[in-house]
Amino acid sequence: METAFHLLAAGVLVAAVAAMSLRHLVHCALCLVAVFAAAAGLFLTLGAEFLAFAQVLVYVGAISILIVFAMLLTRTRAVDMASLSVRPRVLGVTAAGAVAGFVIAAVLTSGALPEKAAAAPAVPVRDLGRELMTQQVPALLAVGLLLTAALLGAVVLALREPPAAPSGKEPRA
Amino acid sequence: MSPLERYLIVAALLFGIGLAGALTRRNAILVLAGIELMLTAVNLNLIAFGRYGGHAAPAAGQVFVLFVIAVAAAETAVGLALIIAWFRHRRTVQLDEADELRG
Repeated sequence: METAFHLLAAGVLVAAVAAMSLRHLVHCALCLVAVFAAAAGLFLTLGAEFLAFAQVLVYVGAISILIVFAMLLTRTRAVDMASLSVRPRVLGVTAAGAVAGFVIAAVLTSGALPEKAAAAPAVPVRDLGRELMTQQVPALLAVGLLLTAALLGAVVLALREPPAAPSGKEPRA
Repeated sequence: MSPLERYLIVAALLFGIGLAGALTRRNAILVLAGIELMLTAVNLNLIAFGRYGGHAAPAAGQVFVLFVIAVAAAETAVGLALIIAWFRHRRTVQLDEADELRG
């Protein structure tokens, strides 16, 4: 378990750095897949099997494919050669480092975290489903509506617009 | 270092990496990918607290993560559709060229 955690954590962080810093877009997408897969492994070490598989299905399967398709559809030049100039990049990395450092310091010095807490027993899928279908029904319905609306909206947004009518009017932007 | 702290630190580092990417990359798709990394870090936090943060409601953390995954999927679909629509309009996905609304 220890070894698995260390390997997966290192894999997540290295792949994340690569995904955010490589120049070639397709390499970034591949590293993103590695991040999501290793994160699913971390979920497994926490005893959340169902979520690990959901993560593989949704992130590794669907979202990565979506990102790759978007990259292919918006292909101007594959290599992001002209990056941001130095100053904003330094600012951005400094801000992100400050956020991460602050959170880590808070985690390490906080007395509010349970000390040496024994792991709760892993939640079986049956309990998860029962919780969803009894306590969380309104939220579940809302998420269903949200997904429907979002997917319809995505289709409408990405539809190719018909050629502008020759009426002299400005084409809708 | 307790097991909970280890997971929280990994999640904080992952969140920082995603934030750095979202703040510094010019390509809109990679900014969206950075946001996905941040969401994954948050999910890791929620599951870790569900496992090690006391036994009051053991399934709550995982249920929360399920909803976060669903909302993140919707967000990515709409975001990428917006990027594609904008690309049709301007032939670019570089964020610093998105200045149509500048006064």
